[in-house]
Amino acid sequence: MDPTPIVWFGWFRADIIQEYAPLFWSGLRMTVGVTAVCIVQGTLLGLALGLMRLADARAPLPKLLCRVLLRWPATVYVSFFRGTPLFVQILLMHFAVVPLFVNPVDGWLLSGEAARDLRQDYGAVLTGIVSLTLNAGAYISEIFRAGIQSIDRGQMEAARSLGLSYRQAMAHVVLPQAFRRMLPPLGNNAIALLKDSSLVSAIGLAELAYAARTVAGAYSRYWEPYLTISVMYWMLTLLLAWGVRHLEVRHGRGDSR
Amino acid sequence: MDAAIRVEALSKRFGALEVLHDVSCQVAEGEVVCIIGPSGSGKSTLLRCMNGLEEATSGRVLVHGVPVHDRETDLDAMRRDVGMVFQRFNLFPHKTALENLVLAPRLLRGLTPGAARVRAEALLDKVGVLDKRDVHPNRLSGGQQQRVAIARALAMQPRVMLFDEPTSSLDPEMVDEVLAVMQQLAEEGMTMVVVTHEMGFARRVAHRVLFLDQGRLVEQGPAAAFFDAPREARTRRFLSSVRERGSELGARGSDPHGRAVDPPEPRSTSE
Repeated sequence: MDPTPIVWFGWFRADIIQEYAPLFWSGLRMTVGVTAVCIVQGTLLGLALGLMRLADARAPLPKLLCRVLLRWPATVYVSFFRGTPLFVQILLMHFAVVPLFVNPVDGWLLSGEAARDLRQDYGAVLTGIVSLTLNAGAYISEIFRAGIQSIDRGQMEAARSLGLSYRQAMAHVVLPQAFRRMLPPLGNNAIALLKDSSLVSAIGLAELAYAARTVAGAYSRYWEPYLTISVMYWMLTLLLAWGVRHLEVRHGRGDSR
Repeated sequence: MDAAIRVEALSKRFGALEVLHDVSCQVAEGEVVCIIGPSGSGKSTLLRCMNGLEEATSGRVLVHGVPVHDRETDLDAMRRDVGMVFQRFNLFPHKTALENLVLAPRLLRGLTPGAARVRAEALLDKVGVLDKRDVHPNRLSGGQQQRVAIARALAMQPRVMLFDEPTSSLDPEMVDEVLAVMQQLAEEGMTMVVVTHEMGFARRVAHRVLFLDQGRLVEQGPAAAFFDAPREARTRRFLSSVRERGSELGARGSDPHGRAVDPPEPRSTSE
């Protein structure tokens, strides 16, 4: 039995959205959750990669080690993840890399019943989060690198001249200043990540885009579900942009530029 | 008594360019030494070698007996006792004046926040900017910024202070307030090495003057003898060119110190 169609403006079947509201709601929570986790992890990964790419030493041997063990791997990593489509990375991760590690037969990390269950219950979330994090980390590392390099060399020299170690100078002098300059690009990156998270619907992760696809399949109607999630994404990105601007204002003090 | 700083046959090259050639000199405990010379003569590089901001190509620098460029040396520990003041201040722009002074003593001297604050306020008072303690550097004039920078270095209670052209990026009317602070410091017996174009200051305050030209130590001696009876022709040429420019400026009433005027360096992003 069909419920009485509710029609807005003569063409928008609001009842479909109403019927599937729980699906959209859980999709929204998944999108927000995955994005939030990936922003945090991606920022940490990006910081690590950014520092790796700036690693250097004075003495010849440590200098060589820095280059071979830190700078080169980080550069190759960033180049790969920025140079290939995120969509392809997600498929590669889901169907090739993760099965290598988590596999009922011969997983390198996990095998047997546990592996089967994990893949079944959390497979999509796991690879979704891993791929988005790895990708975001590559982009964010470039933001960190540029942010750190934009700080005048005299700041590091002044800090080191007082006796601060490289680590202390980074933590107390360079990074706090770099962070301020990085806020706008980090905000843009977070917004991009939020939108890119829709790609993981391809591996069956039940987020917003997946919810829309389910509804579209059930009713063969496309305006209603896709317009709905468009508005939801839009609201989320507006909210995020507002939050970033708020942070910029709050942390903008004392920066003379 | 052993020298506070001893430079032994120091050479420094940047690629093909030899910036310092076989420079040897020393600074005694409590002595004020001014390093002068034309721009590009290696003055700043010599100073920066004294706290390890620059590597030595050959030769060595001993600060309180510690070889600065030795691989085994704990540079961070050595630098705690050597204050440095930069041409462009290099205050930390994200911190207030007071916070600029508190950071290093808290991290490195194990001071409690309260004790570091008390010390910082006393120093800001000493250099005459206590009323600006809660202000960020971008709200301070150049002279005020440089005085805060001097106080920041002093907050670590260093045994030696290095000044790298401390008044060269200041507007003329702010030069005196910074020089006054430095003179007071000298009178209190601080060991100081000052790279400067302020000939008046060098003559008045320095015990000894070193003259560098093209990376070589051309002449050194007691300040009065150096200015009144320079031995080397190059020194005389330099001093007379400085005096000419100084008197030109003096005629316009803007520079009582006979400053040699370097072309202004491009402003860094930190300003």
